[in-house]
Amino acid sequence: MKMHRYEEIWLALSFGILVIFMLVVGYQTFAMGMGPPSHKETIDPQKVDETAPFDNPGVFQTGDNEYEVVMTLQTFGFTPSNIEIPVGAKVTFTMTSKDVVHGFQVAGTNLNAMVMPGHIQKITQTFKESGEYLILCNEYCGIGHQMMSTTISVK
Amino acid sequence: METVINKPNLKKTTKKKTMKEKAHQILGVVPEDAKLSKSYMAVAFIALLIGGFLGLFQGLERAGLLQLPSWFTYYQVLTAHGILLVLVLTAFFTIGYFYAGLSHTLGGLLPQVRKMGWIGFWMKMVGFVVAVIPVLMNEATVLYTFYPPMAASPFFCIGLALIVLGVWVCAFGAFINIAKWRKSNPGKHIPIFAFFATGVFVLLFFGSIGVTVEVVTLIFWSAGLLETINVMVSRTLFWSFGHTLVNIWYLTAVSAWYVIVPKIIGGRRFSDTLTRIVVVLLVITNIPGGFHHQIVDPGMTQALKFLHVFMSLSIAFPSLMTAFAMFYVFERTGRAKGGKGLLGWFKKLPWGDVRFLAPFIAMAAFIPAGAGGIAQTTNQLNQVVHNTMWVVGHFHLTVGTSVILTFFGITYWLIPFLSKRVLTPAMNKVGVIQTIIWTVGMLFMSGAMHYVGLLGSPRRTSYTTYGDHVVALGWDPYMFLLAIGGTLLIVGVLIQVYAVFHMMFFAPKGETEFPIAEPEEEEEKTPMWTDRWGLWIVLMLLVVSMGYVIPLVDLIVNAPPGSPPFRTW
Repeated sequence: MKMHRYEEIWLALSFGILVIFMLVVGYQTFAMGMGPPSHKETIDPQKVDETAPFDNPGVFQTGDNEYEVVMTLQTFGFTPSNIEIPVGAKVTFTMTSKDVVHGFQVAGTNLNAMVMPGHIQKITQTFKESGEYLILCNEYCGIGHQMMSTTISVK
Repeated sequence: METVINKPNLKKTTKKKTMKEKAHQILGVVPEDAKLSKSYMAVAFIALLIGGFLGLFQGLERAGLLQLPSWFTYYQVLTAHGILLVLVLTAFFTIGYFYAGLSHTLGGLLPQVRKMGWIGFWMKMVGFVVAVIPVLMNEATVLYTFYPPMAASPFFCIGLALIVLGVWVCAFGAFINIAKWRKSNPGKHIPIFAFFATGVFVLLFFGSIGVTVEVVTLIFWSAGLLETINVMVSRTLFWSFGHTLVNIWYLTAVSAWYVIVPKIIGGRRFSDTLTRIVVVLLVITNIPGGFHHQIVDPGMTQALKFLHVFMSLSIAFPSLMTAFAMFYVFERTGRAKGGKGLLGWFKKLPWGDVRFLAPFIAMAAFIPAGAGGIAQTTNQLNQVVHNTMWVVGHFHLTVGTSVILTFFGITYWLIPFLSKRVLTPAMNKVGVIQTIIWTVGMLFMSGAMHYVGLLGSPRRTSYTTYGDHVVALGWDPYMFLLAIGGTLLIVGVLIQVYAVFHMMFFAPKGETEFPIAEPEEEEEKTPMWTDRWGLWIVLMLLVVSMGYVIPLVDLIVNAPPGSPPFRTW
């Protein structure tokens, strides 16, 4: 098999770019903690209301300007809703679904995670700028899917 | 075909074959085989017509210009649009196209294979009707991904299962025909077109095993025979198929880029060996690629997701080989026609010929589309765009442009070939106009989708302002651009459907060639190992195991209690 010289150069460059992609992704994930939400903890999807911590959803201060939001998603809303937190707060969302598959997305941030029944998902974000952020469900979950939203007020 | 036979004891059969081939060339298409392929094409383009209108309704709805009625909601329209265009149009076109090509390059379909083609045809048709009735009745408004624990009517799942089984019958028909040809042509390479067909049907069969297991389980679960279902296992099985499927349509388009387009521009095709290697690589690496749809899922570690960045990116490599091959062929052909200087060859290409223009734009669209795909595969970047309109923009550029425009370009010679008619200059002009309308429409629609997705607008969501939230209101102007694009595209659909049926029934009678390019002259003999499909399938299964054994075993062994069915629409 004879390959054209230019093709060898082209493929070497292509391969090199893909390898650089891999290195950057790996470095960001494992050295900088920027990896995608991948929490591995399960829950009985039919007993969410009786299982800690989801028996008491809400916003909890866990440290110096650090918060945990324990949140359930269900058709067609988020509990708790209309969350308020101070500027600069580092917020970890701990979430599960009480019924079907939902998505958790905060427009204008990198907060984006699938929330599945039977699984607990976690994702963290530091809110450096004040404003009213829009939380929305980004996985079709039924006839009222387009209404499933709430807000985070950062003051 | 291209390889020279040197074993003397084969000469006799070769001679006989050549006679048969010659007769075949004179007589043109085998009428029974043409009827089969024409039926497939007719269904494909009726699906395009209906699915296209459903797409238009969605575009207008999302822009707030149209209110869909309560008896046919946005989500019903979306479910039907997805099934018609990403399943029916593509599957029927692909099978019709490859069966026509197998008939042409292998000297006619075997009678039992033709019968299998028809059985597959009717299984898919019945399956489609059984699946679409619950959609129309609002009993299966689950979109074409049907993620449990949303539970569609069991009939919806039965219909889907029938469609997959129908595809399998066609896949095995193709295998039988190719195996028979190999047996009677020992020492010869599988003709290049049939080689592509082998790759496509291997992927169609193996790629859909996972989803078949899922769908069969769903039938029992939604019928009440199973109490709960493992949601994450279902989702993982679905995506082992979901992305493979679009890559199969892409591989079908690629077959025309390598085999057909060089002939249309009056050139020769790229290195036979490297072409075969590209097919083999696309087949081996493909199935685990679907995992990148689950990058922000719970229940899987970051280490596993990182492994899958590699597995998804490896699919990009054969595509980068294709990019080189295409421009190599174009430049060589353009220079042979007298193109001078650095870019003079570019002007020598037949831009006024729709059979070239449409696939060329399709290839050009794959440059941003492929780059966007690489970005989406990469974990952190995926998190930015996951389930936003960006993704919708992406697959309207890949499937909706790269694949579909190639399919459109194919119709302008395949339909006349099948119907023993010719492509008139007037119809060619119609095709050129259609291609331009489609391109401009997609630029508007896909461009707007990509951008508004970056701003955070979610996919699969009917018109909403989220209580007049200022962020959501900022998306509206882009939705308007999307609607403009969608309107142009429906004009494109109407022209294309008209062209297909005109060429099938009304164009002037005559002979049209099935354009298969010859390989380069000075080329050395292609090594025989390229055709060892048994080996490639084993390697493919190894790669599938690398990708899926860990997550599936983990999700089954460490499963949470399952979910009962829900109806949320």
